[in-house]
Amino acid sequence: MIDAVGNPQSLLLLGGTSEIALATAERYAAARSLRVLLAARPSERLDAAADRLRGAGCTVSTLPFDARAPETHAEVVEKAFADGDIDVTLVAFGLLGDQEKAWTDVPTAVELAQVNYLAAVSVGVALSSALQRQGHGTIVALSSAAGERARRSNFVYGSTKAGLDVFYTGLTEALRPAGIKVCVVRPGFVHTRMTRGMTAAPLSVTPEQVADVIIESVAKGREQAWAPPQMRFVMSALRHVPRPIFRRLPI
Amino acid sequence: MSKTARRSLTGWGRTAPSTARVLCDPTVESIQHAVTGAGQRGVIARGLGRAYGDPAQNAGGLVIDMPGLDRIHSIDADSAVVDLDAGVSLDTLMRRALPFGLWVPVLPGTRQVTVGGAIAADIHGKNHHTQGSFGNHVLSMDLVTADGSVRTLTPGGASSPEDTELFWATVGGMGLTGVLVRATIQLKHTETAYFVVDTERTVDLDELMARLTDGTDDQYTYSVAWFDSMSTGSRMGRAVLTRGWGARREDLPPKLRRDPLRFDAPQLLTAPPIFPSGLVNRATIAAFNEVWYRKAPVHRRGEVQNITQFFHPLDLVGDWNRVYGPRGFLQYQFVVPFGAEQTFRRAVETISASGQVSFLNVLKRFGAGNEAPLSFPTPGWTLTVDIPIGPGLAAMCDRLDELVLAAGGRLYLAKESRTSAAALHRMYPRLEEWRKVRATVDPDGIFASDLSRRLQL
Repeated sequence: MIDAVGNPQSLLLLGGTSEIALATAERYAAARSLRVLLAARPSERLDAAADRLRGAGCTVSTLPFDARAPETHAEVVEKAFADGDIDVTLVAFGLLGDQEKAWTDVPTAVELAQVNYLAAVSVGVALSSALQRQGHGTIVALSSAAGERARRSNFVYGSTKAGLDVFYTGLTEALRPAGIKVCVVRPGFVHTRMTRGMTAAPLSVTPEQVADVIIESVAKGREQAWAPPQMRFVMSALRHVPRPIFRRLPI
Repeated sequence: MSKTARRSLTGWGRTAPSTARVLCDPTVESIQHAVTGAGQRGVIARGLGRAYGDPAQNAGGLVIDMPGLDRIHSIDADSAVVDLDAGVSLDTLMRRALPFGLWVPVLPGTRQVTVGGAIAADIHGKNHHTQGSFGNHVLSMDLVTADGSVRTLTPGGASSPEDTELFWATVGGMGLTGVLVRATIQLKHTETAYFVVDTERTVDLDELMARLTDGTDDQYTYSVAWFDSMSTGSRMGRAVLTRGWGARREDLPPKLRRDPLRFDAPQLLTAPPIFPSGLVNRATIAAFNEVWYRKAPVHRRGEVQNITQFFHPLDLVGDWNRVYGPRGFLQYQFVVPFGAEQTFRRAVETISASGQVSFLNVLKRFGAGNEAPLSFPTPGWTLTVDIPIGPGLAAMCDRLDELVLAAGGRLYLAKESRTSAAALHRMYPRLEEWRKVRATVDPDGIFASDLSRRLQL
């Protein structure tokens, strides 16, 4: 159960090696130790992530989860809830990929769409029914500023996040009567493994900064958040820039 | 006919909501039926929702809305015994008992609690040091247990040892041993519904504690202190101490003497649900504390006060919890044993220095506790503050937990909304004993609440 001041007791990280997800768990653990389930493909990285969180004082277990296999998702979610209630779930898995390849190579494009959108939808549906049975809980879905307006440089990635964003925004409304909260978090450029070597866009953030936004949003029951928060105003201006100008912007 | 409806529920602090099916207008039969047909997420009874945290909510399970079960079966004016359903509120009971010259022996800071809730939280009032807690005045109770049967329990005497054990596990047991449906309570005889009150102001915490331990406290039936939680330095813990006893007929002025048992408890207004977060802030509360302290007389003896003035100043405003805005608030109440005065002082310092704002700051000296393993009051000093949810609050409460634990103190489950399971288990050394009784009577853990899950009770 989440308590009156917003300390959760259990966390499910779908995408258990995501740097944002791990930073969030660490931030929570700094205030109060908690149970964390890391759902990801078994790998050395997953083991390392588990060790890192154990070092932060969490009780960690891992759960095999493959975003590419949607037929297994319902079972994975069921297993995640078998050991007790889950207070906060992060839908944090995702691929960025090579953006040029992504719009020219069919398998690459399909893979991005499968992992970032299709899998997000299938776990979203499975989580919804588990959380409604449980009667409480919060889902945090990691969207992206890239989903707000299509850009030449990353529109395949952006389109998958736009799909995820609309799905979880709608889910927020669908789950409201059941008292389940959904929060869609839209980070801008985040310094992670995924973006290593890329030139940072303006208003770039670290995974820890995104974690802070997530934690504050969950505590306040927000339904949408930007990381950094100023990103909201930037994007709402950019949304209205005419295309001939927009395509010339250095972003 | 009892119906169920899906509802989002919180405690009085309006934090951490969860959703449950709620069984409305219950009867004893429908409660028995609901208990035996309970699903995986279990059942819990809910009274008037005045507990601050999550004991009367049950995410994904069933919650029984007890105020629907509200008959007073009999009141015996001579023996001062009332037989009533568990959903009757203390407010109703007072109104019905007063014409017979009878008084409810233990009243908390609000009358808006049910008898079932009063037993389950083993509530206390300003007279704890002379009368003990609510459970001390219960003659018998009917409990619907996990097997669906109704068991009549008494605190001793004719009862089997198992029933006596279950009685005391239910007192303070937060509804986790079963659903209380009916009880008989020993009331007190009274001549009037008024109080004779002495008020004193103290310049700091030390003077207050000295006043409470100089032997005068036991001469008063009722005793409580309000203290300023925001003044620091030499004025830290400056306080207004009010102590008194039930007025006799001859204590009243002639005007009141004509109708001495009148239920004199006005409610002025109901707070509208439009208060923004942040209305309760440092400036407004510092000002409130200053005024509250200044308006109290330095020393006044023998003032006659009515029920609201003396007992329930908060009941003047209905739904006052809305004043804290949509993010809600928490109440932190602890007790530390006598001898831990240093710790107590450090706790007050921690609160004063934290910059957190609180105006319902209550300090009291508890008397002896009772046999119930989870009953909160134990001999010592209790302190209550309530604070809107905001930055820094969680960390301050964690620091206070450490002080309370180190002194061998405990938190009150009816107020608790944020401590860790490990801390709470250390605060209640008789928890294991209580769990054994519960495991015998409810082996499958049918009775469950958000509180029981959060604190792994």
